[in-house]
Amino acid sequence: MEGSNMQRQVVYLKKCLFDQGYLDEQFHQLEELQDDVSPNFVEEVVTLFFRDSSRLIGIIEQAFKILLCRQKHPQDFHRLRTHVERLKGSSCSIGALKVKSECTLFGGYCDEGNMDRCLRSFQNVKREHAILRQKLEAYFQLLRQVGPSEKASGSGN
Amino acid sequence: MSSFAAGELMHVLAVDDSSVDRTLIATLLRSSKHRVTTVDSGKRALELLGLESDVNMIITDYWMPEMTGYELLKKVKESSVLRQIPVVIMSSENVPTRINKCLEEGAEDFLLKPVRSSDVRRVCGRMMMR
Repeated sequence: MEGSNMQRQVVYLKKCLFDQGYLDEQFHQLEELQDDVSPNFVEEVVTLFFRDSSRLIGIIEQAFKILLCRQKHPQDFHRLRTHVERLKGSSCSIGALKVKSECTLFGGYCDEGNMDRCLRSFQNVKREHAILRQKLEAYFQLLRQVGPSEKASGSGN
Repeated sequence: MSSFAAGELMHVLAVDDSSVDRTLIATLLRSSKHRVTTVDSGKRALELLGLESDVNMIITDYWMPEMTGYELLKKVKESSVLRQIPVVIMSSENVPTRINKCLEEGAEDFLLKPVRSSDVRRVCGRMMMR
């Protein structure tokens, strides 16, 4: 009984992630790559994402600190843009829809050379990144509790 | 470049500074049974290409620090030793001028990220028919 309740919770959690726009179809694509050889593939890829993206966010923060202390040059915004593109790319790859959308906006403001909007947009990127991390950690924790025999149905559409 | 008979599986060099995307593209390629080597930069790609002559295809991200995928493509196509290796570019942005620039420089294809298994099957299938 408890197992099926937890399985229902897993399904519900995942449905919410999609319904609320945190994840898109690409997450399903990752699940399709998961198999007996790589039974934790999705969680491993997501873990890699948060490791890399946290590092990138730190790099962007450092870049802003330097920029705020001196006169801005076009290549500064180009450098910011490059970092954002990398973050956007990996967000796309795990289906992190809201993070990707905020990165798109941020990239646009970099192209405009608008420092204020870049700063505000970056705060949105960080916020969505933190929320997604929290939600996915909860999801995978529950998935681990449900157990491997339930994972296949929990991962289904 | 190592030539291979039609239908043989390929050795693909995947180049991407993102560990997520390297993992993903490697998994997609390996699920089609191709041998994959991954590197995290254009510079490392060129180093490896200098050492290993059996790479049949390069698939590279566009946006990478220090050397973009486009710059890597140019270096491959400028090399008398490497120019025959097909190069496929990946990017998360659909920018027609960028796509055209890469195709004009000799890229075989341009894939939009996130790359799907159908993209990999299509591109690899075409290479193997050559």
